[in-house]
Amino acid sequence: MDLSAINPTLLLASLMVAATPLLLAAIGELVVERAGVLNLGVEGMMITGAICGFAIAVNTGSPILGLVAAALGGAVLSLLFAALTQYALANQVASGLALTLFGLGLSALIGQGYQGIKPPSFPKADIPLLSDIPFLGGVLFRHDFVVYLAIALTAVVWWVLKYSRIGLVLRAVGENHDAAHALGYKVVRIRVAAICFGGACAGLGGAYISLIRVPQWTEGMTAGIGWIALALVVFASWKPWRAMLGAYLFGGITVLQLNLQAAGVAIPVEYLAMSPYLITIIVLVIMSADKSRAPAALGRSFHASQ
Amino acid sequence: MLRLEKRPQPSRLWTYLTPVLAVVLTMLCGGLLFSFLGKDPVLAIRTIFWEPLFSEFAFYYRPQLLVKGAPLVLIAIGLSLGFKAGIWNIGAEGQYIIGALCGAGVALAFYPMEAAFIFPLMVLAGGLGGWAWAMIPAFLKVRFGTNEILVSLMLVYVAEQLLASMSLGLLKNPQGFGFPGSRNLQQYPSAHNAELIAGTGMHWGVVAALIAVIFAYVLLNRHMQGFYIRLTGDAPRAARFAGVSPTRLVLFCLGVSGALAGLAGLFEVAGPSGVVSIDFNAGYGFTAIIVAFLGRLHPVGILMAGGLMALTYVGGDIAQSKLGLPKAAIQLFQGMLLFFLLAVDLTTNYRIRLRRKEAS
Amino acid sequence: MSEILLQIEGLAKAYPGVVANADVSLTIRKGEVHALLGENGAGKSTLVKMIYGLVKPDSGQMVLRGAPYAPAQPRAARAAGVAMVFQHFSLFDALDVAENIALGMETPPPMRSLAQQIRQVSETYGLPLDPYRTVGELSAGERQRVEIIRCLLQSPQLLIMDEPTSVLTPQEVEILFETLRKLTAEGVAILYISHKLEEIRALCDAATILRQGRNVGTCVPAQTQARDMAEMMVGSTLHTPARSPRTMGDVLLALNNLSRPSASAFGTALKNITLSVQAGEVLGIGGVAGNGQDELLAVLSGELLTPADAVQFMGQPIGQATPQARRRLGLLCAPEERLGHAAAPDMSLVENALLTGVQRKGLASRGFLKWGAARRFAEDIIARFDVRTPGPDVAARALSGGNLQKFVIGREVMQAPKVLVVNQPTWGVDAAAAAAIRQALLDLAAGGAAVLVISQDLDELMEISDRFAALNEGRLSPAKPTTGLSVDEIGLMMGGAHGMEVAHV
Repeated sequence: MDLSAINPTLLLASLMVAATPLLLAAIGELVVERAGVLNLGVEGMMITGAICGFAIAVNTGSPILGLVAAALGGAVLSLLFAALTQYALANQVASGLALTLFGLGLSALIGQGYQGIKPPSFPKADIPLLSDIPFLGGVLFRHDFVVYLAIALTAVVWWVLKYSRIGLVLRAVGENHDAAHALGYKVVRIRVAAICFGGACAGLGGAYISLIRVPQWTEGMTAGIGWIALALVVFASWKPWRAMLGAYLFGGITVLQLNLQAAGVAIPVEYLAMSPYLITIIVLVIMSADKSRAPAALGRSFHASQ
Repeated sequence: MLRLEKRPQPSRLWTYLTPVLAVVLTMLCGGLLFSFLGKDPVLAIRTIFWEPLFSEFAFYYRPQLLVKGAPLVLIAIGLSLGFKAGIWNIGAEGQYIIGALCGAGVALAFYPMEAAFIFPLMVLAGGLGGWAWAMIPAFLKVRFGTNEILVSLMLVYVAEQLLASMSLGLLKNPQGFGFPGSRNLQQYPSAHNAELIAGTGMHWGVVAALIAVIFAYVLLNRHMQGFYIRLTGDAPRAARFAGVSPTRLVLFCLGVSGALAGLAGLFEVAGPSGVVSIDFNAGYGFTAIIVAFLGRLHPVGILMAGGLMALTYVGGDIAQSKLGLPKAAIQLFQGMLLFFLLAVDLTTNYRIRLRRKEAS
Repeated sequence: MSEILLQIEGLAKAYPGVVANADVSLTIRKGEVHALLGENGAGKSTLVKMIYGLVKPDSGQMVLRGAPYAPAQPRAARAAGVAMVFQHFSLFDALDVAENIALGMETPPPMRSLAQQIRQVSETYGLPLDPYRTVGELSAGERQRVEIIRCLLQSPQLLIMDEPTSVLTPQEVEILFETLRKLTAEGVAILYISHKLEEIRALCDAATILRQGRNVGTCVPAQTQARDMAEMMVGSTLHTPARSPRTMGDVLLALNNLSRPSASAFGTALKNITLSVQAGEVLGIGGVAGNGQDELLAVLSGELLTPADAVQFMGQPIGQATPQARRRLGLLCAPEERLGHAAAPDMSLVENALLTGVQRKGLASRGFLKWGAARRFAEDIIARFDVRTPGPDVAARALSGGNLQKFVIGREVMQAPKVLVVNQPTWGVDAAAAAAIRQALLDLAAGGAAVLVISQDLDELMEISDRFAALNEGRLSPAKPTTGLSVDEIGLMMGGAHGMEVAHV
């Protein structure tokens, strides 16, 4: 066992990379849930985004196009969920599960033939000057731009929810959709838009894993990260900055347990691999005391009656 | 423009019609998908649905239907009780694995002794294992109000890691030449979940599934507890008013579904699969969710839906070897079934009307 | 006579199966408080929705300030100077006052200046409001203020108010009237929907009475007797329930200094509640909604548990008893919310009869249900209480409000309770059904049962109760005999005005 083999700079840097897909998916789902919709299909949207992004990147040679395709793919898939829950008034839990199963199957199908292929590499943004700072430079300033995008997205979502009109209306819809409707707001339209945004974010997060973080395509490669993102939203009490904190914490645990495995620590590999999931459960338990902060209309179907 | 008008009362006709409609729609869409993949859609649908039942090799395929269908029905029955009450056990896959591990563990502990009590003890262990694994989310929900969806799901990943650890460690076959995986239980007579009637595929798991269907039917329609389950799903506040204890309901529903999933795992590992290995679990815990909804959470419906889903598995295998249809296409097909069912379901409670757009 | 603000001619609206309004004409003048009277289902809501642009009339016309007026949506109505305060508020509990008001406006100013405006307007009209308070923490009267301020900020010329005093104590009603009088002095017209005759006589200049969708008459309320207006509303002579003299027996139900924190974030905690009800007595508990009525019922039904001897039934402590145990003993309850609480909407009447009747009517043996017996029970209720339904297999949600209420009350009455607790027994129910329900409650008491009636309708409580107590912010006033109780005394028991100020006129 050789703990000294763990390089702290690399550890922290890889923490940010590990946290990014989680953060992207969680921010997207946070917006959806603030609008009052529970979309359990995050895993399905992420893996669909992963394969869409991968396929387009390999076929066009441009990873950027791949990321765009991933966001689009996630958004289009989420439209199915939107159609089911907002127009067909289906149960949100069942629909989310359907979305996940469908997404897993769809991605496996599209992914046939993409196994083992290496995608075009992604440029790292070596920010001049800043990246030369000892230690912090290596940790913070040598990442690809998606890491910074995720952080920027968190800031934008926070500002919009708190200070803008559209954020206020979205929050109102999530609190009391009947009252929002009575005041003349288009509840369904706002929710569909939120769901698409969530889908795009999840898709982007999935593509980050297949294009940048791993990078390759394997069936089912997201391995439950979408579900962890859902737990993260609860952990964050539906607040964007706390979601970022949570994502970084989880990224940290994932990366740490991988490093411990590599360093030959005496705990069997499988038990280390279990740790992110077990810790998610513990976090959920701790946060469940705080239920009163959930958007009041979360999970309930909206049907405008005359 | 289409408008949805709530029906004064749920329509009985549409309750029966929706699954049929969903299947038809899926077949149509699936056909489109198959032709997109370059396969003849009609041939593909025929291969999947007709061949296993009526072709010249059907005698071989039909038992497979029972083998694949039994765990689906067994798990789905358990899930449906909870789903009816709004208690979402998504971690049946994990309970299935733990049940298998416990049951196989008991068997391997007694190896090589031959005795009549070993198999019943394995069954008990399997059920208890699944029950215990489901009690984790149940307890957390009751005590802390933690969401059972996420907890039970996280435990699936934990169970998968446990499975891997056991196949490589504790339960590993000492005479297995170093390969991962346990001893093959099919070669251990006292532990083998053998076919009861040779050539039919009917093993104890099939019997258990049928018993479960009957049990669920009686419970839901004739017993107070079943009434309480249905009441909680329809009107939770009225359920509390009637005196339903949410705690007892959660413990009951999660416990029963966990036990049944664990039993399914046990019957599988001691029977058709035979070995505890890393990729032992086949996703039955998740497919059972589709079966439960397709059967409209009704015991008899689930029996039929389980048969249909088994058909897609067996037919899908045939299509894969005969037509080169990728396995993932079948997975997608199954996901589509659930999608269409959920979409079509609104007709039971709403009437679709064409209406001229009015002011506001 | 001031000039005409809104003239309505021959307005009509029909829905499949029901005519909501037929040939309704009415005139509202500037600075006038015009009452719109009528029973539930008379067509008041539909008429007012047409004026506010929520519903398009089938025929007829409206003229506002001399110009044709046909708003396609509420936005157009608001732009024309028509504002409406609904009976059921469109408020968001988790957001603050300023955010709630901003949501109700077309183009709200930035938060800071909006808050300033809110403070100003609310002070001027005597309804002071702190713009940064969370709405969920406000009392019902204060929440209504938020709705009113939201309207006033858009300087309306016609303010429509739908049943505004159903959530106010008598003193708070006075404060509201002062505000309304100030508004009318500035030339604003008010269309005041209510069925509270004495209030209308005190406040309104003119009244239009609707019955079955038609305008059956106008009058000047100050010059008309309440009884005459009531008869125009109902169309027949009123029948007051027969209250036979009863002898009171032992105390069957008692609450001893019961305190219980609220179960939810925005609920009401019960504080030191003490009451007792005797056999043969009807105890009425009045109070504006949101003061602990639901919690009180939950504590009695067994949905909320308390220390064992905080609730006593025939001397036995039952605070920890389950709802099933309480039913076996003879303590039955009928909650306020018909669909979703008292009855399951998608289940049949047979299943709903089973819901509470299983213990006392022997509808199960060793857990196994006796559907035949349950069906017979449901059929008995339907027959005895004249519930209009095609049969007992119909889903509860298919019944009209009045019929479902008759079923729900009938279900409890026919189990021969020793104590019956009902919450809002005739809310949203037509007059005939309401009278039948009240009579059933009185008959039950005459038979020796103890009856506890929680209601917002003070008239109803005065009619049927022997003693009256008021629930206010979770506290119960001492009970007083109803004979000789004045409106002022009642108002004080209900908590006066909760510190609200009168308008600075």
